[in-house]
Amino acid sequence: MPTYREQTAATEPPPAPSIPADPSGATVGPDTLSRQRVIPLRHPGRWIAALVVTVFVAQVIESVATNRFFQWDRFGYWFLRPVVVDGLLVTLEVTAWTAVLGLLGGIVLALGRLSRNPILSTLSWAYVWLFRSIPLIVVLLFLYNFSAIYPQISIGVPFGPVLFSVEEARLAPAFVLAVIGLTLNESAYAAEVVRGGILSVDRGQHEAAASLGMPKLYQFRRIVLPQALRSIIPNYVNQLIGLIKGTSLVFYVSLLDLFGTVQSMGATYSGDIVPLLMVATVWYVILTSIVSVVQFYVERYYARGAVAVMPPTPLQRVVGQVREGWSLLTARGRT
Amino acid sequence: MTAVAVEIHNAHKWYGTRHVLAGVDLTIAAGTVATILGPSGAGKSTLLRAVNHLEKLDVGYVSLNGEPIGVRRRSDRLKELSERAILAQRRRIGFVFQSFNLFPHLTALENVAAAPIATRSASREQARAAARELLDRVGLADRADSYPRQLSGGQQQRVAIARALALSPGVILFDEPTSALDPELVGEVLRVMRDLASTGTTLIVVTHELGFAREAADLVVLLDQGRIVEQGTPADVLDHPRHPRTREFLSHMR
Repeated sequence: MPTYREQTAATEPPPAPSIPADPSGATVGPDTLSRQRVIPLRHPGRWIAALVVTVFVAQVIESVATNRFFQWDRFGYWFLRPVVVDGLLVTLEVTAWTAVLGLLGGIVLALGRLSRNPILSTLSWAYVWLFRSIPLIVVLLFLYNFSAIYPQISIGVPFGPVLFSVEEARLAPAFVLAVIGLTLNESAYAAEVVRGGILSVDRGQHEAAASLGMPKLYQFRRIVLPQALRSIIPNYVNQLIGLIKGTSLVFYVSLLDLFGTVQSMGATYSGDIVPLLMVATVWYVILTSIVSVVQFYVERYYARGAVAVMPPTPLQRVVGQVREGWSLLTARGRT
Repeated sequence: MTAVAVEIHNAHKWYGTRHVLAGVDLTIAAGTVATILGPSGAGKSTLLRAVNHLEKLDVGYVSLNGEPIGVRRRSDRLKELSERAILAQRRRIGFVFQSFNLFPHLTALENVAAAPIATRSASREQARAAARELLDRVGLADRADSYPRQLSGGQQQRVAIARALALSPGVILFDEPTSALDPELVGEVLRVMRDLASTGTTLIVVTHELGFAREAADLVVLLDQGRIVEQGTPADVLDHPRHPRTREFLSHMR
């Protein structure tokens, strides 16, 4: 990413210094040259590329906006319909529950994998291996048909007496099934993200915490995890964005989330399928954008201490650019 | 803080087939400032890390005031202690690392206050007040709210020393505390260590700073190939070395 200064240099070239025209340099002594302001490298290619891309994007926007096929009036009709908003809330709830439970499961699995206990680490490895291998939709369908496979859930000694038993049917509503299925899948991926983050923390940090006699749990919670989170967050948010869209599969356990609602409305109002799909698309884009903004601020929080100076927020960056541009303009006016 | 005597009994350590500690016996009386010198690979750091059980000995043990560290006697055998018990023992031993190992996400003050808070040996307010005093003692009262990355190497190491002091340990171990520092920053760290030496705390310092050994140490130990070659007062070992290996090592240091 170009730094803030490079960007302003490209958009707001500083006043051209007067370099003597004589190329032989005969009249230009080192004293004259050394007083010159250095001209930054120009980037004509960037301007051309920007122009081409802008024209292309404008064309796409025009085609989407004017094509009657998209039926924007119907889009407006559906966008905030209560039935769509209800579906959106289901998507949000399922995502939120899974994000939290999946991360907790991931932490437990990662700790198991990193533990010196060979049984724990093999079990964690096997879990991750299994649930990364099975497609999410298969997990969901298995859960949906769970009551057919295991009509009763009972706790007891294996092959021995049953201590506790409950009828599975109607035990878990679709919502709970969906969250369980997504969490099973999500925690397998989260485990690898968390493990990578923990491994990225310097060994010296573990030693320093151990040499101070900090209790194990405190070492993990206050010393290792906050540092691991710096590399966990970007990866986990990536996971989370995949999850938001992955929730559209809960439709198959007859839970009407955003996508499920759109799908069933489309079946009823078959003329509105395209605008309904656009409604879902725009909502997913909005959700992803919100997550990205939250990610920026969470990352900023966990970056404290890692960099000497905090990176500016987007707002600070815009203000800084305007200020820099203004000072350049006024400077040019004076000379 | 009451000073503690450290005894190392027949310390052996193998890394694979390499015999890094080949039977070290060393007694450091309470309140002594001991420096361990030796060429790289002599086993100095391993020996020091064995004292607070960051490194496990294969044979032998270390005791503080007669109490074994990291192990317990079971009739005529040594059994390793639980991790909890070892952590509790380490609170009586300060450790200062070559690479500082400050917690980068905590301010200088939080770094120093962390251990007393974590071990519940003080309330949050007490720990922060004590940390402020310790930072003042190492000359960094005005940098209490800085993060480690905003400090110079010498300042970071002084924070690390304050952190090691926070639990009032009876003995403090220094693992080449000035080796990662720019030459002009070494002095400020050695000054803090000299101050500490005068307070009567037992210090064990692995170092290449012969000047510090000469001025501040009561005992100089020369380690080579996992064995103690020579030990004695700085005047004896540094100025009148008896062993040819010591003479050779000292000739390289000048």
